[in-house]
Amino acid sequence: MPPAAPVKSSPARAEQIILFRISGQIFAVSSSSVQEVRSADSMAGLTVEITAPGLRKVHHVAQRGDKSLFVVNGSAHFGLAPSPGALIFVLRKTRTALLIDGIEKMASMTRLQALPRSFCHEERLWYRGLTALDQTVVPVVHPEGFLTSEELAMLDAALPPAGSAGEDAVEGSGPAQ
Amino acid sequence: MTVSAELDLQSFVLLRLGERRFAIAANQIAELVAPSRVFRFPHRTPKIEGVILRRGRIVPVCDVAETLTGKRLTARRFYLIAVRGYGTHNEWVALPVTGECELINAEMSATSASDAPHVAGWLSHDGDVIEVLNIDALTPGPEDNLAETAAIGAREARP
Repeated sequence: MPPAAPVKSSPARAEQIILFRISGQIFAVSSSSVQEVRSADSMAGLTVEITAPGLRKVHHVAQRGDKSLFVVNGSAHFGLAPSPGALIFVLRKTRTALLIDGIEKMASMTRLQALPRSFCHEERLWYRGLTALDQTVVPVVHPEGFLTSEELAMLDAALPPAGSAGEDAVEGSGPAQ
Repeated sequence: MTVSAELDLQSFVLLRLGERRFAIAANQIAELVAPSRVFRFPHRTPKIEGVILRRGRIVPVCDVAETLTGKRLTARRFYLIAVRGYGTHNEWVALPVTGECELINAEMSATSASDAPHVAGWLSHDGDVIEVLNIDALTPGPEDNLAETAAIGAREARP
């Protein structure tokens, strides 16, 4: 019995992706989803601490205009070994700034295979799918998969009083290339 | 052998997990392949080890040995690629096995109410009684998540 073709695939168009590393694990994200790349050091003085009970992956928030940007620790999000994190991806059209260890390289993805349905837990929110690059399989993250609406509500409830977060903390840096 | 007896025979693939043998209906098997690199990435689904690349497809690897024998596999000789149904949609899933596989024709006995959901039936072969596996019940799928969510809800609902 031949299996049906993968549900989601884009065979023709290439998509630029950024391969990045968290705790030794390689992930990919569409470059069009990354608004800015900043060093963690440059963000350090521009964020304030936040504590949302039960949500250990977010410890800092930056204020950007009227929008709060939550810094998600990538290793905590994926359940990987803790790592210090050196870079931050500000993800476009989200309230997420993702703390990662480093960028591996840029690549071109010609086919995105849907996550097999055997994967049936949170990873379905985390990943857009999987792609094969240089005989390696890389999960392609979903920019909106780092914080659920419930988690955002928890974080909003835990926000410090207005004015204490770094105003426009992430303005002024260039877009990811 | 009478014609009616022949009609009851079905093809099965026998697989070995440690000391035990199991069977899967042959029409649910895509191929048997040598072990290849397993690509691992973070996820939360039990039993899924990662994925392998096979003919351009990304195939999840599901270790069912612990469920079936109580022990994880320490060595594997092949991946038996089975077809797992998700409603009207089918996908491949690679099952690590520890020995040669064998194609046989046998008559399957029906399950009883006391059998586990992953048992599709029983075979008698070479003096052994062998479980026929229901791949859809044995390997993870969306229904596991629904069942888990329901269980969590029930626990939370308790006073």
